[in-house]
Amino acid sequence: MNENLSVLGVFALLSVLAVGGGAAVLPETKALVVESHHWLTDDQFRDIYGLGQVVPGPNMLMVIVIGYHVTGYIGALLAFLGFFVPAGLISWGASRVWDHFEGSPWRRSLQRGMAPMVVGLMAAGTISIARTAIDGALTIAIAIAVFAGVYFVKRVNPALLVLGGGLVGLAFLS
Amino acid sequence: MSTPAPPGPGPAASGTSTASYAVPRDVLLWEIFLTFLFIGAVSFGGGVVAYLRAELVLKKRWLDEEHFLSALGIAQALPGLNATNMSIIVGDRLRGVAGAIIAFLGMTLPGGTMVLVLGVLYASNAHNPYVNATLIGVGAAAVGMLSAVTLQIGRKQLGSLIDITIIAVTVLMVSVLHISLLWVLLTVGPAAVLIYRPRRQDGATGPEPSA
Repeated sequence: MNENLSVLGVFALLSVLAVGGGAAVLPETKALVVESHHWLTDDQFRDIYGLGQVVPGPNMLMVIVIGYHVTGYIGALLAFLGFFVPAGLISWGASRVWDHFEGSPWRRSLQRGMAPMVVGLMAAGTISIARTAIDGALTIAIAIAVFAGVYFVKRVNPALLVLGGGLVGLAFLS
Repeated sequence: MSTPAPPGPGPAASGTSTASYAVPRDVLLWEIFLTFLFIGAVSFGGGVVAYLRAELVLKKRWLDEEHFLSALGIAQALPGLNATNMSIIVGDRLRGVAGAIIAFLGMTLPGGTMVLVLGVLYASNAHNPYVNATLIGVGAAAVGMLSAVTLQIGRKQLGSLIDITIIAVTVLMVSVLHISLLWVLLTVGPAAVLIYRPRRQDGATGPEPSA
């Protein structure tokens, strides 16, 4: 079915665009999945992103759930392969040639120049999720509390804070 | 290699010399798999890099600090997630292609299985008010966490006007003007690298284009 090919294509594209990691590619993921292909609503996207937060490993494993929503288990597999294999191959190849540029001053320029762009992309990713996830006093309060916990209290496990946010939501919103 | 390594990275390198270090070549595949499976299963809340460092550098000693940072540099400069890129690069250095695949699968299997199970449950409980309320809370918490992590990573850059400008232009293009990520990467990326291009007079990386 064509929809399977779309899933593979969309996530393979996102894979090679994901410079700077998962948060950096969030706005583009949302644009393609919600706005271009209408595979999910805004709220579903936020919910599925939330699922990615409560499991271990990279948050972007949530692409599996997006694929599942489109064409079931095959979509889940294709989204996983599409999102991880192209970037994985690039990394694999690059790490084999990278050491040849050990002394190149351009290597430093590359790392130095990319750093602020990646921070900008991560900030844009945060904004993209916030637009759907922040919609009132309670969600603002949860976000600020978790921010303070992660930023100022280094010893706390971030996953517990995220789960705590879920419990607060359950207690006050249901 | 004849790289004049800069003085040790910050505080306390615990006395282990990095000069005579070589990546071990005889690590068993199942050991690589189990190590990455463990990291993949316990690394809750993002921040996989910290878990990787704890296991690979401190516990297993498969990499020294310098090799770890070099691998991280590659993982960050290229597309893909740090966690999976790092597992592929480290797996490849330990045992070639087989090591890379095994490490990648170990890293993604626990979280991937769990998120799929949750996703299937979510799909069949989409209109359950308790599920929705919980996920609204989780989503809000995720915003708090993403902001904190972004600020932690970006804090260093906030002292430089050039970096602040690059960050602001990137956010403006993506969040306000909704320009496709491809174009952002193709314009801001090369521009930023050019701003920090190597200078003829050594030292000073501070940009001062004397055109």
